[in-house]
Amino acid sequence: MLYFLRKQKYLIDYTLSSLLRRKAKSLGLLAVYSMIVFMLASVTLFSHALRNEAGLMLQASPEIILQRMEAGRHAMIPTDYLQRIGQLRGVKQKEGRLWGYYYDPAVKANYTIMTGGQSETPLTSIIIGTGIARARGLDVGDYLTLRSQNGEAFSFQISALLDDKSELVSADLLLMSPKAFRRVFNIPEGLYTDLVLSVRNPREVITVAEKLTQLLPDTRPILRDEVLRTYDSVFSWRQGILFVLLTGSILAFVIFAWDKASGLSAEERREIGILKAVGWETADVMRMKFWEGMIISLTAFLIGYLAAYAHVFFASASLFEPVLKGWAVLYPQFRLTPFVDGLQLATLFFFSVLPYIVATIIPIWRTSIADPDAVMR
Amino acid sequence: MRKSNAFIVCIFLLLVGFTATLIDAGIRRHQAASENESGTALVQQLGLTDLVLFTEARYTRHPSQSDLHSAFQDHPMALEHFPSGSLLLPPQRMQ
Repeated sequence: MLYFLRKQKYLIDYTLSSLLRRKAKSLGLLAVYSMIVFMLASVTLFSHALRNEAGLMLQASPEIILQRMEAGRHAMIPTDYLQRIGQLRGVKQKEGRLWGYYYDPAVKANYTIMTGGQSETPLTSIIIGTGIARARGLDVGDYLTLRSQNGEAFSFQISALLDDKSELVSADLLLMSPKAFRRVFNIPEGLYTDLVLSVRNPREVITVAEKLTQLLPDTRPILRDEVLRTYDSVFSWRQGILFVLLTGSILAFVIFAWDKASGLSAEERREIGILKAVGWETADVMRMKFWEGMIISLTAFLIGYLAAYAHVFFASASLFEPVLKGWAVLYPQFRLTPFVDGLQLATLFFFSVLPYIVATIIPIWRTSIADPDAVMR
Repeated sequence: MRKSNAFIVCIFLLLVGFTATLIDAGIRRHQAASENESGTALVQQLGLTDLVLFTEARYTRHPSQSDLHSAFQDHPMALEHFPSGSLLLPPQRMQ
Protein backbone atom coordinates (compact mmCIF):
# COMPACT_ATOMS: atom_id res chain seq x y z
CA MET A 1 0.00 0.00 0.00
CA LEU A 2 2.80 2.35 1.03
CA TYR A 3 4.67 1.44 -2.15
CA PHE A 4 1.55 2.22 -4.22
CA LEU A 5 1.06 5.61 -2.54
CA ARG A 6 4.74 6.50 -2.92
CA LYS A 7 4.56 5.61 -6.62
CA GLN A 8 1.49 7.80 -7.11
CA LYS A 9 3.27 10.69 -5.41
CA TYR A 10 6.24 10.32 -7.77
CA LEU A 11 3.83 10.26 -10.69
CA ILE A 12 2.13 13.45 -9.41
CA ASP A 13 5.59 15.05 -9.02
CA TYR A 14 6.45 14.21 -12.59
CA THR A 15 3.02 15.30 -13.92
CA LEU A 16 3.22 18.66 -12.15
CA SER A 17 6.74 19.27 -13.51
CA SER A 18 5.46 18.40 -16.98
CA LEU A 19 2.49 20.78 -16.59
CA LEU A 20 4.72 23.56 -15.27
CA ARG A 21 7.00 23.20 -18.31
CA ARG A 22 3.96 24.32 -20.35
CA LYS A 23 2.93 26.87 -17.73
CA ALA A 24 0.92 29.32 -19.89
CA LYS A 25 -1.01 26.56 -21.64
CA SER A 26 -1.80 24.68 -18.44
CA LEU A 27 -2.84 27.77 -16.48
CA GLY A 28 -4.95 28.97 -19.43
CA LEU A 29 -6.73 25.62 -19.54
CA LEU A 30 -7.29 25.68 -15.77
CA ALA A 31 -8.72 29.22 -15.93
CA VAL A 32 -11.13 28.46 -18.80
CA TYR A 33 -12.15 25.14 -17.23
CA SER A 34 -12.82 26.82 -13.83
CA MET A 35 -14.86 29.52 -15.56
CA ILE A 36 -17.08 26.95 -17.29
CA VAL A 37 -17.66 25.07 -14.01
CA PHE A 38 -18.35 28.43 -12.31
CA MET A 39 -21.06 29.32 -14.84
CA LEU A 40 -22.71 25.89 -14.77
CA ALA A 41 -22.58 25.70 -10.97
CA SER A 42 -23.92 29.28 -10.59
CA VAL A 43 -26.95 28.52 -12.77
CA THR A 44 -27.63 25.22 -11.01
CA LEU A 45 -27.23 26.60 -7.48
CA PHE A 46 -29.27 29.72 -8.22
CA SER A 47 -32.21 27.95 -9.88
CA HIS A 48 -32.29 25.22 -7.27
CA ALA A 49 -32.24 27.70 -4.36
CA LEU A 50 -34.89 29.93 -5.93
CA ARG A 51 -37.13 26.96 -6.69
CA ASN A 52 -36.89 25.76 -3.10
CA GLU A 53 -37.51 29.24 -1.73
CA ALA A 54 -40.60 29.66 -3.93
CA GLY A 55 -41.86 26.22 -2.93
CA LEU A 56 -41.46 26.96 0.79
CA MET A 57 -42.98 30.45 0.71
CA LEU A 58 -45.89 29.69 -1.60
CA GLN A 59 -46.94 26.63 0.40
CA ALA A 60 -48.98 29.13 2.42
CA SER A 61 -50.76 30.65 -0.61
CA PRO A 62 -54.53 30.17 -1.02
CA GLU A 63 -55.77 26.70 -1.93
CA ILE A 64 -58.23 27.96 -4.53
CA ILE A 65 -58.49 31.38 -6.19
CA LEU A 66 -61.62 31.95 -8.21
CA GLN A 67 -61.38 34.46 -11.06
CA ARG A 68 -64.27 35.58 -13.23
CA MET A 69 -63.52 35.62 -16.94
CA GLU A 70 -65.07 37.92 -19.50
CA ALA A 71 -64.17 37.42 -23.18
CA GLY A 72 -61.13 35.43 -22.13
CA ARG A 73 -59.89 38.12 -19.78
CA HIS A 74 -59.89 38.39 -16.02
CA ALA A 75 -62.84 40.53 -14.83
CA MET A 76 -64.10 41.78 -11.45
CA ILE A 77 -66.25 39.27 -9.58
CA PRO A 78 -69.56 40.33 -7.92
CA THR A 79 -69.96 39.68 -4.19
CA ASP A 80 -73.14 37.67 -4.81
CA TYR A 81 -70.92 34.90 -6.22
CA LEU A 82 -69.98 34.26 -2.59
CA GLN A 83 -73.65 33.57 -1.86
CA ARG A 84 -74.00 31.51 -5.04
CA ILE A 85 -71.16 29.29 -3.89
CA GLY A 86 -73.20 28.91 -0.70
CA GLN A 87 -72.38 26.05 1.59
CA LEU A 88 -70.21 24.01 -0.76
CA ARG A 89 -69.19 20.85 1.04
CA GLY A 90 -65.53 20.89 2.06
CA VAL A 91 -65.05 24.66 1.79
CA LYS A 92 -63.81 25.97 5.13
CA GLN A 93 -63.63 29.67 4.39
CA LYS A 94 -64.33 31.99 1.47
CA GLU A 95 -63.70 35.69 1.04
CA GLY A 96 -63.22 38.34 -1.61
CA ARG A 97 -59.86 39.98 -2.37
CA LEU A 98 -59.16 43.42 -3.72
CA TRP A 99 -55.89 43.90 -5.52
CA GLY A 100 -54.54 45.54 -8.63
CA TYR A 101 -51.62 47.27 -10.27
CA TYR A 102 -50.66 50.91 -10.12
CA TYR A 103 -48.15 52.43 -12.50
CA ASP A 104 -46.13 55.16 -10.85
CA PRO A 105 -44.87 57.51 -13.58
CA ALA A 106 -42.46 59.21 -11.15
CA VAL A 107 -40.17 56.17 -11.04
CA LYS A 108 -41.70 54.28 -14.00
CA ALA A 109 -42.48 51.33 -11.75
CA ASN A 110 -45.49 49.04 -11.30
CA TYR A 111 -46.79 48.56 -7.75
CA THR A 112 -49.08 45.78 -6.61
CA ILE A 113 -51.82 47.32 -4.46
CA MET A 114 -53.68 45.03 -2.05
CA THR A 115 -56.10 45.30 0.80
CA GLY A 116 -55.81 41.95 2.56
CA GLY A 117 -56.25 42.14 6.31
CA GLN A 118 -56.04 45.92 6.37
CA SER A 119 -59.71 46.71 7.10
CA GLU A 120 -58.78 48.51 10.32
CA THR A 121 -56.16 50.64 8.56
CA PRO A 122 -57.15 54.31 8.57
CA LEU A 123 -58.33 55.61 5.20
CA THR A 124 -55.23 57.73 4.64
CA SER A 125 -52.59 55.25 5.84
CA ILE A 126 -50.66 52.76 3.78
CA ILE A 127 -48.02 50.12 4.37
CA ILE A 128 -45.40 49.70 1.65
CA GLY A 129 -42.83 47.12 0.66
CA THR A 130 -39.14 47.93 0.97
CA GLY A 131 -38.71 47.89 -2.83
CA ILE A 132 -41.08 50.86 -3.19
CA ALA A 133 -39.47 52.63 -0.24
CA ARG A 134 -36.06 52.26 -1.91
CA ALA A 135 -37.25 53.35 -5.36
CA ARG A 136 -39.07 56.45 -4.03
CA GLY A 137 -36.74 57.21 -1.11
CA LEU A 138 -39.62 56.94 1.39
CA ASP A 139 -39.75 56.05 5.06
CA VAL A 140 -42.34 55.72 7.82
CA GLY A 141 -44.23 59.00 8.30
CA ASP A 142 -43.62 60.22 4.72
CA TYR A 143 -46.46 60.83 2.28
CA LEU A 144 -47.08 59.15 -1.07
CA THR A 145 -49.54 60.59 -3.54
CA LEU A 146 -51.48 58.32 -5.87
CA ARG A 147 -53.61 59.53 -8.76
CA SER A 148 -57.01 57.89 -8.78
CA GLN A 149 -58.93 56.54 -11.76
CA ASN A 150 -60.83 59.86 -11.91
CA GLY A 151 -57.65 61.92 -11.92
CA GLU A 152 -58.02 62.95 -8.26
CA ALA A 153 -54.84 62.93 -6.19
CA PHE A 154 -54.89 61.04 -2.89
CA SER A 155 -52.13 61.48 -0.34
CA PHE A 156 -51.37 58.60 1.98
CA GLN A 157 -49.15 58.57 5.01
CA ILE A 158 -46.83 55.59 5.31
CA SER A 159 -47.59 53.96 8.64
CA ALA A 160 -45.13 51.06 8.32
CA LEU A 161 -42.77 49.23 6.01
CA LEU A 162 -43.17 45.52 5.33
CA ASP A 163 -40.49 43.30 6.81
CA ASP A 164 -37.43 43.29 4.53
CA LYS A 165 -36.95 39.58 5.23
CA SER A 166 -40.06 38.93 3.17
CA GLU A 167 -38.85 41.05 0.26
CA LEU A 168 -39.00 38.18 -2.22
CA VAL A 169 -42.81 38.29 -1.99
CA SER A 170 -43.41 41.86 -0.83
CA ALA A 171 -40.93 44.28 -2.48
CA ASP A 172 -43.58 45.97 -4.68
CA LEU A 173 -46.59 45.65 -2.34
CA LEU A 174 -48.64 48.62 -1.19
CA LEU A 175 -51.33 47.80 1.36
CA MET A 176 -54.29 50.10 1.98
CA SER A 177 -57.79 49.91 3.43
CA PRO A 178 -60.55 48.45 1.21
CA LYS A 179 -62.35 51.80 1.26
CA ALA A 180 -59.28 53.66 0.01
CA PHE A 181 -58.71 50.98 -2.64
CA ARG A 182 -62.25 51.39 -3.97
CA ARG A 183 -61.81 55.16 -4.08
CA VAL A 184 -58.44 55.09 -5.85
CA PHE A 185 -59.54 52.57 -8.47
CA ASN A 186 -63.18 53.68 -8.60
CA ILE A 187 -64.49 50.19 -7.86
CA PRO A 188 -68.07 50.14 -6.53
CA GLU A 189 -69.07 48.16 -3.44
CA GLY A 190 -70.21 44.71 -4.44
CA LEU A 191 -67.23 43.85 -6.62
CA TYR A 192 -64.02 42.04 -5.78
CA THR A 193 -60.93 41.28 -7.85
CA ASP A 194 -61.20 37.57 -7.11
CA LEU A 195 -62.36 35.14 -4.44
CA VAL A 196 -60.19 33.02 -2.17
CA LEU A 197 -61.38 29.68 -0.85
CA SER A 198 -59.76 27.37 1.66
CA VAL A 199 -60.63 23.70 1.64
CA ARG A 200 -60.72 21.51 4.74
CA ASN A 201 -59.29 18.36 3.15
CA PRO A 202 -56.47 18.89 0.59
CA ARG A 203 -57.60 15.80 -1.34
CA GLU A 204 -60.95 17.45 -2.01
CA VAL A 205 -59.47 20.52 -3.73
CA ILE A 206 -59.94 19.17 -7.26
CA THR A 207 -63.52 18.06 -6.55
CA VAL A 208 -64.35 21.49 -5.11
CA ALA A 209 -62.78 23.15 -8.18
CA GLU A 210 -64.89 20.96 -10.51
CA LYS A 211 -68.05 21.85 -8.57
CA LEU A 212 -67.14 25.55 -8.80
CA THR A 213 -66.76 25.45 -12.59
CA GLN A 214 -70.16 23.72 -12.88
CA LEU A 215 -71.84 26.15 -10.50
CA LEU A 216 -70.21 29.29 -11.93
CA PRO A 217 -69.34 28.55 -15.57
CA ASP A 218 -67.87 32.03 -16.19
CA THR A 219 -65.18 31.52 -13.57
CA ARG A 220 -61.79 29.87 -13.52
CA PRO A 221 -60.36 28.27 -10.39
CA ILE A 222 -56.59 28.48 -9.89
CA LEU A 223 -55.28 25.84 -7.51
CA ARG A 224 -52.29 26.15 -5.21
CA ASP A 225 -50.74 23.08 -6.82
CA GLU A 226 -50.90 24.82 -10.19
CA VAL A 227 -49.17 27.88 -8.72
CA LEU A 228 -46.40 25.71 -7.29
CA ARG A 229 -46.06 23.74 -10.53
CA THR A 230 -45.89 27.01 -12.47
CA TYR A 231 -42.93 28.10 -10.36
CA ASP A 232 -41.25 24.76 -10.66
CA SER A 233 -41.47 24.88 -14.44
CA VAL A 234 -40.51 28.58 -14.56
CA PHE A 235 -37.21 27.80 -12.84
CA SER A 236 -36.56 24.65 -14.86
CA TRP A 237 -37.21 26.70 -17.98
CA ARG A 238 -34.94 29.49 -16.86
CA GLN A 239 -32.19 27.03 -15.97
CA GLY A 240 -32.68 25.42 -19.39
CA ILE A 241 -32.53 28.78 -21.18
CA LEU A 242 -29.31 29.72 -19.40
CA PHE A 243 -27.83 26.34 -20.24
CA VAL A 244 -28.75 26.88 -23.88
CA LEU A 245 -27.05 30.28 -23.77
CA LEU A 246 -24.03 28.66 -22.19
CA THR A 247 -23.92 25.89 -24.78
CA GLY A 248 -21.81 28.03 -27.11
CA SER A 249 -19.11 28.55 -24.52
CA ILE A 250 -19.32 24.94 -23.33
CA LEU A 251 -18.86 23.70 -26.91
CA ALA A 252 -15.92 26.06 -27.37
CA PHE A 253 -14.39 24.58 -24.24
CA VAL A 254 -15.10 21.02 -25.39
CA ILE A 255 -13.30 21.72 -28.67
CA PHE A 256 -10.42 23.35 -26.79
CA ALA A 257 -10.14 20.49 -24.29
CA TRP A 258 -10.56 17.82 -26.98
CA ASP A 259 -7.88 19.43 -29.10
CA LYS A 260 -5.58 19.75 -26.12
CA ALA A 261 -6.29 16.24 -24.86
CA SER A 262 -6.62 14.20 -28.02
CA GLY A 263 -4.43 15.88 -30.56
CA LEU A 264 -1.16 15.13 -28.85
CA SER A 265 1.55 17.53 -29.90
CA ALA A 266 4.77 16.20 -31.41
CA GLU A 267 6.50 17.25 -28.18
CA GLU A 268 4.12 15.18 -26.04
CA ARG A 269 4.47 12.18 -28.35
CA ARG A 270 8.25 12.41 -28.06
CA GLU A 271 7.93 12.70 -24.29
CA ILE A 272 5.90 9.48 -24.16
CA GLY A 273 8.37 7.76 -26.51
CA ILE A 274 11.32 8.74 -24.29
CA LEU A 275 9.51 7.61 -21.16
CA LYS A 276 8.85 4.23 -22.71
CA ALA A 277 12.40 4.00 -23.99
CA VAL A 278 13.80 4.61 -20.47
CA GLY A 279 11.68 1.82 -19.07
CA TRP A 280 8.22 3.23 -18.24
CA GLU A 281 5.43 0.76 -18.80
CA THR A 282 2.25 1.58 -20.74
CA ALA A 283 0.31 1.47 -17.45
CA ASP A 284 2.69 4.03 -15.90
CA VAL A 285 2.26 6.42 -18.83
CA MET A 286 -1.51 5.98 -18.55
CA ARG A 287 -1.39 6.64 -14.81
CA MET A 288 0.71 9.73 -15.33
CA LYS A 289 -1.76 11.09 -17.88
CA PHE A 290 -4.68 10.14 -15.64
CA TRP A 291 -3.13 12.28 -12.92
CA GLU A 292 -2.69 15.11 -15.40
CA GLY A 293 -6.42 15.04 -16.23
CA MET A 294 -7.33 14.59 -12.57
CA ILE A 295 -5.15 17.49 -11.34
CA ILE A 296 -6.61 19.92 -13.89
CA SER A 297 -10.25 18.83 -13.72
CA LEU A 298 -10.51 18.35 -9.96
CA THR A 299 -8.80 21.69 -9.25
CA ALA A 300 -11.03 23.43 -11.83
CA PHE A 301 -14.15 21.78 -10.38
CA LEU A 302 -13.35 22.85 -6.82
CA ILE A 303 -12.31 26.40 -7.78
CA GLY A 304 -15.35 26.82 -10.07
CA TYR A 305 -17.80 25.45 -7.49
CA LEU A 306 -16.40 27.59 -4.63
CA ALA A 307 -16.52 30.73 -6.77
CA ALA A 308 -20.11 29.91 -7.83
CA TYR A 309 -21.19 29.36 -4.21
CA ALA A 310 -19.71 32.72 -3.20
CA HIS A 311 -21.32 34.40 -6.23
CA VAL A 312 -24.83 33.03 -5.65
CA PHE A 313 -25.06 33.00 -1.85
CA PHE A 314 -22.75 35.83 -0.78
CA ALA A 315 -22.92 38.24 -3.74
CA SER A 316 -26.67 37.61 -4.39
CA ALA A 317 -25.97 36.25 -7.90
CA SER A 318 -25.05 39.75 -9.06
CA LEU A 319 -23.99 38.53 -12.52
CA PHE A 320 -27.52 37.26 -13.22
CA GLU A 321 -29.27 40.35 -11.88
CA PRO A 322 -29.30 42.33 -15.17
CA VAL A 323 -30.88 39.35 -16.93
CA LEU A 324 -33.50 38.79 -14.23
CA LYS A 325 -34.33 42.45 -13.83
CA GLY A 326 -35.32 43.01 -17.46
CA TRP A 327 -37.05 46.38 -17.57
CA ALA A 328 -38.30 46.17 -14.02
CA VAL A 329 -37.54 49.14 -11.78
CA LEU A 330 -38.47 47.35 -8.57
CA TYR A 331 -36.33 44.37 -7.87
CA PRO A 332 -36.16 42.66 -4.50
CA GLN A 333 -32.90 42.52 -2.60
CA PHE A 334 -32.84 39.01 -1.31
CA ARG A 335 -30.25 36.65 -0.04
CA LEU A 336 -31.00 33.15 -1.15
CA THR A 337 -30.88 30.29 1.31
CA PRO A 338 -28.42 27.69 0.03
CA PHE A 339 -30.01 24.38 -0.96
CA VAL A 340 -27.16 22.12 -2.03
CA ASP A 341 -27.90 18.45 -2.45
CA GLY A 342 -25.77 15.46 -3.31
CA LEU A 343 -27.47 14.77 -6.64
CA GLN A 344 -26.86 18.33 -7.79
CA LEU A 345 -23.15 18.11 -6.90
CA ALA A 346 -22.77 14.63 -8.39
CA THR A 347 -24.35 15.76 -11.68
CA LEU A 348 -22.05 18.76 -11.83
CA PHE A 349 -19.02 16.60 -11.04
CA PHE A 350 -19.83 13.91 -13.61
CA PHE A 351 -20.53 16.43 -16.36
CA SER A 352 -17.44 18.52 -15.72
CA VAL A 353 -14.68 16.20 -14.46
CA LEU A 354 -15.26 12.81 -16.07
CA PRO A 355 -15.50 13.87 -19.75
CA TYR A 356 -12.12 15.56 -19.53
CA ILE A 357 -10.40 12.56 -17.96
CA VAL A 358 -11.94 10.21 -20.57
CA ALA A 359 -10.97 12.56 -23.40
CA THR A 360 -7.37 12.57 -22.14
CA ILE A 361 -6.95 8.86 -21.49
CA ILE A 362 -8.00 7.34 -24.85
CA PRO A 363 -5.52 9.12 -27.17
CA ILE A 364 -2.74 8.59 -24.62
CA TRP A 365 -3.47 4.87 -24.55
CA ARG A 366 -3.23 4.76 -28.37
CA THR A 367 0.12 6.51 -28.33
CA SER A 368 1.56 4.64 -25.38
CA ILE A 369 0.95 1.18 -26.86
CA ALA A 370 2.91 2.20 -29.96
CA ASP A 371 6.56 1.31 -30.39
CA PRO A 372 8.78 3.99 -28.71
CA ASP A 373 11.11 4.04 -31.66
CA ALA A 374 8.23 4.81 -34.07
CA VAL A 375 6.80 7.46 -31.73
CA MET A 376 10.13 9.26 -31.37
CA ARG A 377 10.75 9.32 -35.10
CA MET B 1 8.53 21.33 -0.59
CA ARG B 2 7.90 18.52 -3.06
CA LYS B 3 5.48 19.43 -5.82
CA SER B 4 3.15 16.55 -4.96
CA ASN B 5 2.99 17.70 -1.32
CA ALA B 6 2.18 21.25 -2.42
CA PHE B 7 -0.57 19.88 -4.67
CA ILE B 8 -2.02 17.74 -1.88
CA VAL B 9 -2.06 20.79 0.44
CA CYS B 10 -3.85 22.84 -2.27
CA ILE B 11 -6.47 20.16 -2.87
CA PHE B 12 -6.89 19.72 0.88
CA LEU B 13 -7.53 23.46 1.29
CA LEU B 14 -10.02 23.45 -1.58
CA LEU B 15 -11.78 20.44 -0.04
CA VAL B 16 -11.93 22.28 3.30
CA GLY B 17 -13.61 25.16 1.42
CA PHE B 18 -15.98 22.67 -0.23
CA THR B 19 -16.94 21.17 3.13
CA ALA B 20 -17.33 24.69 4.55
CA THR B 21 -19.95 25.47 1.87
CA LEU B 22 -21.95 22.40 2.91
CA ILE B 23 -21.75 23.40 6.58
CA ASP B 24 -22.62 27.02 5.71
CA ALA B 25 -25.62 25.81 3.66
CA GLY B 26 -26.84 23.77 6.64
CA ILE B 27 -26.44 26.65 9.10
CA ARG B 28 -28.09 29.21 6.83
CA ARG B 29 -30.98 26.88 6.07
CA HIS B 30 -31.53 26.49 9.80
CA GLN B 31 -31.46 30.28 10.30
CA ALA B 32 -33.71 30.86 7.29
CA ALA B 33 -36.39 28.62 8.74
CA SER B 34 -37.07 31.29 11.38
CA GLU B 35 -36.45 34.24 9.05
CA ASN B 36 -38.84 32.89 6.41
CA GLU B 37 -41.65 32.90 8.94
CA SER B 38 -42.38 36.57 8.24
CA GLY B 39 -42.58 35.88 4.50
CA THR B 40 -44.78 32.82 4.95
CA ALA B 41 -47.02 34.70 7.38
CA LEU B 42 -47.44 37.51 4.85
CA VAL B 43 -48.23 35.01 2.08
CA GLN B 44 -50.86 33.45 4.32
CA GLN B 45 -52.33 36.75 5.53
CA LEU B 46 -52.60 38.36 2.10
CA GLY B 47 -53.09 35.23 0.04
CA LEU B 48 -50.03 36.00 -2.10
CA THR B 49 -49.41 33.74 -5.06
CA ASP B 50 -46.24 34.93 -6.76
CA LEU B 51 -42.68 36.07 -6.18
CA VAL B 52 -41.60 39.64 -6.92
CA LEU B 53 -39.06 38.67 -9.57
CA PHE B 54 -40.36 40.49 -12.65
CA THR B 55 -42.42 43.60 -11.95
CA GLU B 56 -42.42 44.99 -15.47
CA ALA B 57 -45.72 43.49 -16.71
CA ARG B 58 -48.70 42.04 -14.91
CA TYR B 59 -48.35 38.62 -16.51
CA THR B 60 -44.71 38.43 -15.42
CA ARG B 61 -45.40 39.83 -11.93
CA HIS B 62 -48.19 37.29 -11.32
CA PRO B 63 -47.56 34.50 -13.83
CA SER B 64 -49.88 32.16 -11.95
CA GLN B 65 -52.79 34.63 -12.19
CA SER B 66 -52.44 35.89 -15.73
CA ASP B 67 -55.01 35.20 -18.42
CA LEU B 68 -54.51 33.82 -21.90
CA HIS B 69 -54.35 37.15 -23.70
CA SER B 70 -52.30 39.28 -21.34
CA ALA B 71 -48.95 38.69 -23.03
CA PHE B 72 -50.43 39.97 -26.32
CA GLN B 73 -52.71 42.60 -24.85
CA ASP B 74 -51.90 45.64 -26.96
CA HIS B 75 -53.53 44.65 -30.22
CA PRO B 76 -54.14 41.49 -32.22
CA MET B 77 -50.84 40.20 -33.65
CA ALA B 78 -48.93 42.20 -31.02
CA LEU B 79 -45.64 40.58 -30.15
CA GLU B 80 -44.80 40.02 -26.55
CA HIS B 81 -42.07 42.54 -25.92
CA PHE B 82 -40.98 42.49 -22.28
CA PRO B 83 -37.49 41.02 -21.78
CA SER B 84 -38.59 38.83 -18.89
CA GLY B 85 -41.24 37.26 -21.13
CA SER B 86 -38.40 35.37 -22.77
CA LEU B 87 -37.34 33.94 -19.41
CA LEU B 88 -40.79 32.98 -18.27
CA LEU B 89 -42.98 30.07 -19.28
CA PRO B 90 -46.74 30.48 -19.47
CA PRO B 91 -48.63 29.13 -16.44
CA GLN B 92 -48.78 25.35 -16.14
CA ARG B 93 -52.45 25.05 -17.05
CA MET B 94 -51.89 26.75 -20.42
CA GLN B 95 -49.07 24.51 -21.63
